[in-house]
Amino acid sequence: MWIYEKKLQYPVKVSQCNPMLAKFLIEQYGGADGELAAALRYLNQRYTLPDKVIGLLTDIGTEEFAHLEMIATMIYKLTKDATPEQLKEAGIGDHYASHDKALFYHDASGVPWSASYIQAKGDPIADLYEDIAAEEKARATYQWIIDMSDDPDINDSLAFLREREIVHAQRFKEAVEMLKEDQGKQKYF
Amino acid sequence: MAQKQLPKEFYKSMEELQAVDFVILELTLYLDTHPNDEQAIQQFNHMTQVKQHLMYQVEQYYGPLQQFGNSYSGSPWNWKDAPWPWQI
Repeated sequence: MWIYEKKLQYPVKVSQCNPMLAKFLIEQYGGADGELAAALRYLNQRYTLPDKVIGLLTDIGTEEFAHLEMIATMIYKLTKDATPEQLKEAGIGDHYASHDKALFYHDASGVPWSASYIQAKGDPIADLYEDIAAEEKARATYQWIIDMSDDPDINDSLAFLREREIVHAQRFKEAVEMLKEDQGKQKYF
Repeated sequence: MAQKQLPKEFYKSMEELQAVDFVILELTLYLDTHPNDEQAIQQFNHMTQVKQHLMYQVEQYYGPLQQFGNSYSGSPWNWKDAPWPWQI
């Protein structure tokens, strides 16, 4: 089971209302390389992976939900005081028409989240390589958003999330090495 | 929306808890791929103790941080009280 903790993983502060930045950030909420995709990818793959790496996928998958909540908090705080007119100017009038200020799982262009973003091959090496790539793509996305953002408070939280992607990629690479060692001993595969 | 006003001390304790939880998380992921590192395991167990103490501190100001028997409730039931993390 899962246990919710009533706190953010890392503080999220917002300098000022900025619906345009929220529009970009939703890429990491419901986009192909976003936090929802990451959490669901790892927590689904873990059931059929070798025992040695199940713990890692469980823990990283769980952390992704904490990241999802951080992104949601950013979007919530960046839009909560915006007028419909400001949302329209920021290019999220079409979001507002359907969802008001509620969050929804879609990317920065409004394309709804899809399970086709993720894969589970039942092959540990294939799955872990996908996971490494996913972390690197998420890291790159955080960088592109930081490059467009002039909110120092948001950028602090985004830099934290960008660094987490690097750590996750590193741990997944170590997991690959652990499995390759076993392959050498012909214990696995 | 009338919301519980949190004292200054809450923010300090919460940041400390976030910092300690981060250490625990980092050690967890590290130990998932380095399960024989005795020193890291000692650090993990030590920080787990520190976390218990900090959770107790934060909960004095904020109410229960967790459910399912990991935190005690105040009276009346205060788990459901705002502010929620994204409202702080």
